[in-house]
Amino acid sequence: MDYNKLIPQKIQDIQPSGIRKFFDIAQAVDGVISLSIGEPDFKTPWAARKEAINILEKGKTAYTANSGLFELRKTVCRYLKNFIRTEYDPEKEVIITVGGSEAIDLAVRAMIEPGDEVLVPEPSFVCYSPIVSMMGGTAVPIVTKMEDKFRLTAQALKEKITPKTKILILPYPNNPTGAVMRRGDLEAIAEVLRDTNIVVVSDEIYAEMTYNGEKHVSIAEIDGMRERTVIISGFSKAYAMTGWRLGYVVGPQPIIKQMLKLHQYCIMSSPTVSQYSAIVAMEKCGADVANMVEEYDMRRRLLVKGFNDMGLDCFEPEGAFYVFPCIKSTGLSSAEFCEKLVYSKKVAVVPGSAFGESGEGFVRVSYAYSVQHLTTALSRIREFLEELNRK
Amino acid sequence: MSTNKLLDLLRQNARLSNAELAVMLGDSEENVAAEIARLEREGIIMGYSAIIDEEKADENGVTAIIEIKITPIKDRGFDDLAHTIMGYEEVDSVFLLSGAYDLSVTISGTSLRNVALFVSERLAVLDGVLSTTTHFILRRYKEKNHVFNEDSFDERSMVSP
Repeated sequence: MDYNKLIPQKIQDIQPSGIRKFFDIAQAVDGVISLSIGEPDFKTPWAARKEAINILEKGKTAYTANSGLFELRKTVCRYLKNFIRTEYDPEKEVIITVGGSEAIDLAVRAMIEPGDEVLVPEPSFVCYSPIVSMMGGTAVPIVTKMEDKFRLTAQALKEKITPKTKILILPYPNNPTGAVMRRGDLEAIAEVLRDTNIVVVSDEIYAEMTYNGEKHVSIAEIDGMRERTVIISGFSKAYAMTGWRLGYVVGPQPIIKQMLKLHQYCIMSSPTVSQYSAIVAMEKCGADVANMVEEYDMRRRLLVKGFNDMGLDCFEPEGAFYVFPCIKSTGLSSAEFCEKLVYSKKVAVVPGSAFGESGEGFVRVSYAYSVQHLTTALSRIREFLEELNRK
Repeated sequence: MSTNKLLDLLRQNARLSNAELAVMLGDSEENVAAEIARLEREGIIMGYSAIIDEEKADENGVTAIIEIKITPIKDRGFDDLAHTIMGYEEVDSVFLLSGAYDLSVTISGTSLRNVALFVSERLAVLDGVLSTTTHFILRRYKEKNHVFNEDSFDERSMVSP
């Protein structure tokens, strides 16, 4: 059997996630304390868990409608109307997906064909370009910089737009940098896009985790943008429901309609129990979310100060649950930094280079951990730096 | 600064520095120090102690919770007897409770026998004590929000999105 012949080159060429690569290194070391996890340390709020038990007891275990329970779609639309002041039709403009990841996949597959270009601000989450490549498209990175707080600027966007550009991925609040786009930043981006035929795929999975007083703003809220924006979000981060695998996508009906066909053939319908629980999560667990966000915010401030105090420049991230300190002052590459740190001090953080070339010189540190865990890790990193300086 | 948040942080870990508390609460170190001083002065923060797994610290040590039923004394209620009991240095805590009995007393000792003797010779004989029931703690699962005897297991995979 010649598997090489069997598997198409473009599939073989897909690189495994750089985050995973580091996982193998970190896992081989005993007693590692990790700051590398990209999922909440909280449990799903009890009301949502209880609803799952209730639904199982009632035996509601069948498929749902392809696009998801109508009740959940209505709940999502009500929530978004309040959260980002944008209205969607629960009948035609929403799909309940298997996590935000599936929604990203659907959006790209529904719109991209060979020759198309997709703009991807970097550093960012690792899944966008592989999906684009699989569709025969080209992912075009747009480098964002620490001096711009890792925000996408209108200028940088303009420089990369070509007649082939079809999608702009807008991943804010951002994994791994923690950057957010405020209303003014989004207005500048909208200004560039308004007269084009480019669609924004706005990955807002961390939207609820926006700090420093101002609430999250979606680009769909900006004048003229709703018709050219597909919003991707979900329950994993805000409601600490990662393992339930539930997300959603909303957008203009002509796009959603096509995405629904793909979803129907590859997924059928998202997990039923998860969908019932998500209704309860969205309707009743707002206070739990607020508590989690407040806790994240405290940890965020602790880490930003901790890194700056030990001499690693760390811009203040205003979203998600990551800080992204610059490690260039150590003279190490981000992969070297992470390996040495895990071997000598048993602390695992993720090399920025896993999130695109522009992440080189940075590391991603997650604060989805208790304060106790974070302070221990910070003091180990401080020791590590002192030992480096002594050499 | 929210006093409740400050107290919450200290409940979880009283060894956080003022600088750490200040940055987490979004306030200055001076204000945190002043607030803590006020809370100490007003007796809201009464002290700082470690949460110790006594089983690991001393395998033979025992702790017992003793239910005591008493006759209240006219005009002074339960206070007199409670004061007498809390005066014994073997006694860790004394609470007045509603319900089937009146006082709950926690006692630590070096052996079952010592604790049992203490109860029969010092507590049961006090004027006003009607009866005592001694419960020895067999296992600690959780105390002051800290979980005992469990490896801090993180079910999340070490590196994820």
